[in-house]
Amino acid sequence: MEAEVKTPEQAIGTWKRVCLLADIPVLGSRVVRSSSGDIAIFRNADNEVFALHDKCPHKAGPLSQGIVHGKTVTCPLHSWKIQLEDGVAQLPDIGCTRSFSVKVENEVVFLNV
Amino acid sequence: MRKLKLVMVGNGMAGCRTLEELLKLAPDLYEITVFGSEPHPNYNRILLSPVLAGEMTIQDIILNDLDWYAENNITLHTGKTITRIDRRARKVVAADGTTAEYDRLLLATGSNPFMLPVPGKDLPGVISYRDIKDTDEMIDAARTHKHAVVIGGGLLGLEAANGLKLRGMDVSVVHVMPWLMERQLDRVAAGMLQKSLEKKGLKFLLERQTAELVAGESGRVAAIKFKDGETIPADLVVMAVGIRPNTGLAESCGLHCNRGVVVNDTMQTFDPRIYAVGECASHRGIAYGLVAPLFEQAKVAANHLAMYGIGRYQGSVTSTKLKVTGIDLFSAGDFMGGSDVDEIILQDPAGGVYKKLVLKDNRLVGAVMYGDTVDGSWYFQLLKDKQDIQDIRDHLMFGKSNLGDTGHKGANNAASLPDTAEVCGCNGVCKGTIVKAITEKGLFSLEDVRKHTKASSSCGSCTGLVEQILASCVGGAYQPADSNSKAVCGCTDLSHGEVRKTIREQKLLSVATAMHFMAWKTPNGCATCRPAINYYCISTWPHEAEDDPQSRFINERAHANIQKDGTFSVVPRMWGGLTTPDELRRIADVADKYKIPTVKVTGGQRIDLLGVKKADLPGVWQDLGIPSGHAYGKSIRTVKTCVGAEHCRFGTQLSMSMGVKLEKMLFGMWSPHKVKLAVSGCPRNCAESGIKDVGVIGVDSGYEIYVAGNGGIKTEVAEFLCKVKTDEEVMEMSGAFLQLYREEGYYLERTVHYVQRVGLEHVKKLVVEDEANRKALYERLLYALQGYKDPWAERAEAEKASTVKREFEIIEV
Ligand code: SRM
Ligand SMILES: Cc1cc2nc3c(=O)[nH]c(=O)nc-3n(C[C@H](O)[C@H](O)[C@H](O)COP(=O)(O)OP(=O)(O)OC[C@H]3O[C@@H](n4cnc5c(N)ncnc54)[C@H](O)[C@@H]3O)c2cc1C
Ligand code: SF4
Ligand code: FES
Repeated sequence: MEAEVKTPEQAIGTWKRVCLLADIPVLGSRVVRSSSGDIAIFRNADNEVFALHDKCPHKAGPLSQGIVHGKTVTCPLHSWKIQLEDGVAQLPDIGCTRSFSVKVENEVVFLNV
Repeated sequence: MRKLKLVMVGNGMAGCRTLEELLKLAPDLYEITVFGSEPHPNYNRILLSPVLAGEMTIQDIILNDLDWYAENNITLHTGKTITRIDRRARKVVAADGTTAEYDRLLLATGSNPFMLPVPGKDLPGVISYRDIKDTDEMIDAARTHKHAVVIGGGLLGLEAANGLKLRGMDVSVVHVMPWLMERQLDRVAAGMLQKSLEKKGLKFLLERQTAELVAGESGRVAAIKFKDGETIPADLVVMAVGIRPNTGLAESCGLHCNRGVVVNDTMQTFDPRIYAVGECASHRGIAYGLVAPLFEQAKVAANHLAMYGIGRYQGSVTSTKLKVTGIDLFSAGDFMGGSDVDEIILQDPAGGVYKKLVLKDNRLVGAVMYGDTVDGSWYFQLLKDKQDIQDIRDHLMFGKSNLGDTGHKGANNAASLPDTAEVCGCNGVCKGTIVKAITEKGLFSLEDVRKHTKASSSCGSCTGLVEQILASCVGGAYQPADSNSKAVCGCTDLSHGEVRKTIREQKLLSVATAMHFMAWKTPNGCATCRPAINYYCISTWPHEAEDDPQSRFINERAHANIQKDGTFSVVPRMWGGLTTPDELRRIADVADKYKIPTVKVTGGQRIDLLGVKKADLPGVWQDLGIPSGHAYGKSIRTVKTCVGAEHCRFGTQLSMSMGVKLEKMLFGMWSPHKVKLAVSGCPRNCAESGIKDVGVIGVDSGYEIYVAGNGGIKTEVAEFLCKVKTDEEVMEMSGAFLQLYREEGYYLERTVHYVQRVGLEHVKKLVVEDEANRKALYERLLYALQGYKDPWAERAEAEKASTVKREFEIIEV
């Protein structure tokens, strides 16, 4: 599986090796500490990997600690539902958290920061 | 594959709701064509009253605008009336010649207002009250004319009269019966209602029969003449004397009709290709005239149209609410009383409050409330659930909120709240925001309001208030779902009870297999259903089912409580609230070593270390060397004890040792919600046993056991279960009660709500009276808890194993 590079800004960053796919639990997440703050990387049931800034757009809750379902994570603090692909909160909540590009090559996860 | 053709006749509330439900289930199955006589898209008919009263505009009440039809590829013919159905050729024909063929036909033609057959009924200025056209005509008449007469003192008539009065007309209401709204109110409540409407300037002519409507010089109606000879001026006459199901079209094509198009429990007519919903349909001899039952019908019809073939409509109990601003009135069920029923009545004419509850065989069968309708939805729920109210009978009249409803003191009357009043304290939602969402978005259910505004979606203590606001906006159209049949969440149509049952009967052993077997609608559920299913699996099949950490809330996954800043709190177990100098020393050392910012004594008799970083948790546990307090789980929490006979001069029993025994026995018990116990050494009850899930109080001759108390959101006093003599009996009795709750409780239902749902009698029967069953329950509990390992010790132990470590470790890049 390969995630697309989303915006030119993000493309300027560099791909960094993060961990093995197996290091992220299915329907779970890991926290990556980077120069741009904590990043939550999620793995869903289809083995797709997503990366979001680990701060909920509501009150900065740690999204990495939420429950993952479909392509969504439910924030552990007040249950906002955040889309993993673009970091956008599902209606009726309004907000967006930054997303990062990730890709998996040969079972290794790379993050573009 | 060619799409099937679905034609709908009647573009009103029931029909469009059916389409909405159908599109949710099978968006691509049909090519849909809709015919509606009115020149408008579907609108919220019940809100015509606020429009007439000048509180809303037509634009506000549109439910599905033209874009909605377009987006869903629905061909809409407004202003076209179907005059013929050709069942053999399977097509419908409109008055203007438009035709459409169908594979399935949905009739949703509503009803026609009944016009009194008196001379003059066809004069200009004589109208009914049914649609936008009528409403516009009334608004126009109010501009140019003075005297309005409304015939009919029912719900619709009164709302019309109120609106016309607010628009400046001089309004008289004529009613044949001795009191208003006789089908919904008893005489006393109707009298109070009449008085407050008179204060608003309305006039009433009761027990009068209309003889004739008399034309004036212009040819328009000018007066109304009664059978007793009296005549009063009237240049607008609104007839609101009843409705008749609109079955003309159905009859003309030979469909079986009997005061409505006759349908079976799947909303199918005698022609299997034709379905009927709404006011035009007659189900088990009843044609409903309120929205809520029609919505239930819509759901069933949609399910069958979508070819799912499950779901039966079995009739509805309805309730009524008058939508006149400033007047609070509610009635439901059979409220007239009689010889075989009991009545509880509260009457305070000066305070403007009247309440009557009608009971039969310890069930609530009817309710009328005037002036204070806060508890209307609660009573309605009790009524629909047919709940045994014997245990709450003495305070039933005082409503659900008579006992410490925290956080909303002095604000439990929705009608009198200003728009700026905060209704939901958790999410900071004001009344105005809720009202706006209800009216603008066309919301009808509590779930919808929660979704759109967040109100009542957190701790839920404002639910009653939100329900009341909903009821005051949409009237009787709001019907609380009965708790037994409500779907777990949007991922399924099954209720908690059905999910539990299926997991038991089919021996489903994991979240994934359970969701697969029950045809979950979403690939991996959501944060609401997954934890519930996981609990049902592990509680039903201990030692066999697979516990899924990813289906547990973070607290239970990390074995600590998440805080607002993403750190965690750690509460070590202190059996029965007891600790030792050595444990205290270790706690102090841990707090120092890990720079833990706050150390606090909890309300549960133990110590909380707050502000621990997730990555430090395994280290903290290892250094503490004390088992987990499970302060984070839907599980056994604490057993609070007083000093008891060990030290206290009044103590009759060894409460500390009893408490420690209970807590050790229950260690590691997962439950639908958290479980708290207390043991007091004497009736002075210093451990507060009266507000615990299980409360034990020592007396000279043994112990009294109380169950289903709650000290949280809404304080509920525990109820007496039984009295026992020995410590062993306390363990067996409490263990059996908790096991029953574990087996029958719905996820996130605390013991108090569980017992309220099933009734204390049920619990007593299975736990106290039936000894063999009690022993079996107790054994099942002990079996489930067998070999439970302290999760902290386990984690600390397995710390070296990478699989465990990885969840807690942060990756640096
Ligand atoms: C730590 C403690 C407050 C304290 O410092 O004293 C506490 C803290 C929390 N309580 Fe509590 N409750 C604490 C004693 C209580 C008590 C008193 C008691 O246990 O004697 C009550 C009322 C008694 C009862 O439960 O009947 C109580 C009624 C609640 C409720 C309402 C439950 C209800 O059914 O009405 C909630 C909300 C919930 O569980 O859904 C809640 C939820 C919470 C949560 C877990 C909120 C959350 O989900 O994050 C709080 C975690 C705070 C944190 O950041 O760690 N807490 N909470 C107490 C821990 C006791 C312990 O040693 O385990
Ligand atoms: C002023 C007012 C206030 C009300 N207040 C409440 C309330 O507070 N609570 C509550 O629960 N209920 C209330 N009701 C009742 C509620 O509005 C009705 O029960 C509901 O609208 C019925 O829905 P329906 O789809 O069966 O019929 P309708 O909504 O009437 O829809 C039927 C539609 O079919 C069209 N039609 C009929 N025949 C044909 C044909 N041959 N071809 C094409 N189109 C056709 C009609 O023009 C109409 O638009 C109120 C009603 C009114 C009028
Ligand atoms: S500890 Fe309990 S009462 Fe205090 S803020 Fe948290 S949930 Fe509310
Ligand atoms: S911080 Fe995420 S929902 Fe509130």
